[in-house]
Amino acid sequence: MKFHTRKPTALAALLLTATFAFAGCGSDDAGDSGSSAEGGDSGGGDLTLTMLPKNLGNAYFDTSTTGADKAAEELGADIEEVGPETGSPDAQVSYINTVAQQGKSALILSANDPDALCDAIEEARSADVKVVTFDADTNPDCRDLFVNAATSEGIAAKQLELISEAIGGSGEIAILSATANATNQNAWIEMMETELADNPDYADIELVDTVYGDDEDQKSFDQTEALLQNHPDLKGIISPTTVGIAAAARYLSDSEFKGKVALTGLGTPNQMREFVEDGTVASFALWNPGDLGYLATYAAAALVDGDITGEEGDSFEAGELGSFEVGADGVVLLGEPFTFNADNIGDFDF
Amino acid sequence: MSTLTAPEAPTRTYNAYSAPLWQRLLMTRETAVIALTAAVILYSIVNVPNFDGPLTLKFLLQDIAPILLIALPMTLVIITGEIDLSVASIMGLSSVLLGVLHEGGMSVPAAALLALLAGLVCGALNGFLIAYVGLPSLAVTIGTLALFRGIAVGLLGTKAITDFTEKWSDLATGTIGETKIPLVMIPFAVLAIGFVVLLHFSTFGRGVYDIGLNDEAAHFTGVDVARTKMVLFLLSGVVSALAGIYFTLRFGSARGDNATGYELQVIAAVLLGGVSIFGGRGRLHGVLAGVVLIGVLSSALRLESVTVNVTNIIVGLLLVASVILPNVLAWASTRLPRKATPAAPRESHTPENAASAGVSTRGSDS
Repeated sequence: MKFHTRKPTALAALLLTATFAFAGCGSDDAGDSGSSAEGGDSGGGDLTLTMLPKNLGNAYFDTSTTGADKAAEELGADIEEVGPETGSPDAQVSYINTVAQQGKSALILSANDPDALCDAIEEARSADVKVVTFDADTNPDCRDLFVNAATSEGIAAKQLELISEAIGGSGEIAILSATANATNQNAWIEMMETELADNPDYADIELVDTVYGDDEDQKSFDQTEALLQNHPDLKGIISPTTVGIAAAARYLSDSEFKGKVALTGLGTPNQMREFVEDGTVASFALWNPGDLGYLATYAAAALVDGDITGEEGDSFEAGELGSFEVGADGVVLLGEPFTFNADNIGDFDF
Repeated sequence: MSTLTAPEAPTRTYNAYSAPLWQRLLMTRETAVIALTAAVILYSIVNVPNFDGPLTLKFLLQDIAPILLIALPMTLVIITGEIDLSVASIMGLSSVLLGVLHEGGMSVPAAALLALLAGLVCGALNGFLIAYVGLPSLAVTIGTLALFRGIAVGLLGTKAITDFTEKWSDLATGTIGETKIPLVMIPFAVLAIGFVVLLHFSTFGRGVYDIGLNDEAAHFTGVDVARTKMVLFLLSGVVSALAGIYFTLRFGSARGDNATGYELQVIAAVLLGGVSIFGGRGRLHGVLAGVVLIGVLSSALRLESVTVNVTNIIVGLLLVASVILPNVLAWASTRLPRKATPAAPRESHTPENAASAGVSTRGSDS
């Protein structure tokens, strides 16, 4: 048998090399177009920004990138969006390293882990890259600025207010979160737990379970189903993640629980529209992620231009959003969460 | 009969039948992968902006270090015709153990030693079930993939431990002196030499190939099949734990979900490097080139701002092509008219005792 395969194997090796060579040619073209674009960037010589969301293919971050693109256009800056498929910190590290290699002016980042990214960010900053976090922060000493959509207190309080309203102030509730390690999710959940325990208005509300849908549609869908099976007396679900609330709403709207189990949380109007209209969801909250990306881009530009240094009390102009001031720990606050319901959802498209 | 066959016997040598030495050394899948890797590196240096920058080598090697490490034992495991899908979960478990023990007041080296020991235990469990109980490795390691990951997440829950002694996390991200080569390449180089000697220059290594080609035959030629497999899974467990420790210190973060999905990257690199998934074939230098190839491709494509999906598509296509192509070519070459080969004597009508002598004549005729 050895004799039979020898010639074909050699031939295979040869053709394999040839195929690889062709594959190489294929990527050559992509490379050329890429490098010419890069050449354009450096030719411009000014503001080059990289947007690194937690992961790609997420409607929430698509909207924030749209906002960032708009701001970049107003500023005359080059911006590109890169990111991993799944929201894990080690995948983000590679992209942060790449930004350092490219020597971009600034990185706008939503962090998948508050600490794991710090070494990489430090390396990027020592290569003169300004680092602005938005949506999810790293440790304050790692980055230059954090653009916060709303305070965690505000978000936690708003969601409890909405669920309490929806279930009439008493009953069992559960939380459907994103990944178990998500920084902002865990902060909100912790504050909701504290608020539930301390606030007499919520004395009759009991948080019975917290489950994780990993920001995957199917898993969030399955977790919703499991929640309803495990807790027959469940009155309401809070899902402080856009993927989770949409999946949960889809499950509820086709199930016997529609109208019996209330759902609220953080969602985007386009995802939630049909569920608000068919009565599955009465109201939900969010800020405008487009505004968040827009503000983060202006903040990054202000840092690069030297208008601000990230010190408390610095202030800068952010286009149509007006003027913002840097707060303690280098945090810039966008505002309070906004409540969407059947009356106003028609006014929004994102 | 003996007087007739005796003088003919010397003509049946390996050299008479095989391709010339240079062909045997160069016309291999390993050479193809190495050549392709070199071509991609050269191309990237010339055409990809910033690829020739000072940071590239460091980041690239840091990124692929865990995969390089685990690819070493994985190659041997796959050559025996087995597979170990639990490596990434062992990484996660050792990462969590390191974190939990360090938080409990243990020094990093002591905690790392226990994490390595845990890796050894994980490998022993895999090895025992596969080698001595005789269960299929695919099933066993899918099970332990879930089991070890479950223990890891269970131990640490939803939090992450990030408080590691600065000295040790600096060691994981540091470079050798003034060069751009990360320190982690030193243990890797030592291990790589060890594994090359083990696989290519020892009787143990010959046994590994024998088992992959035919484990029953290997058993009858005196290879201790069960012990060999046990040793390989132990090595796989321990090296995975080492990779997990490196991973944890590099990112300064011990989490239950660390390194999720790494097993597929490792196996993809091993197969791309020319190891047969059916066992019995493959060489370490090809595998190492395979790991570097995937690393360089992703690094260059990231610098070009190509999205990760496209990178995955390219790596996936490469992998599929590298697996399919030899089979397609083998099939095609059976359809083509070919030169007379040792297959010819079967159809030959010449007397039996002349057949073997006829081969060399035929070979030189055509």
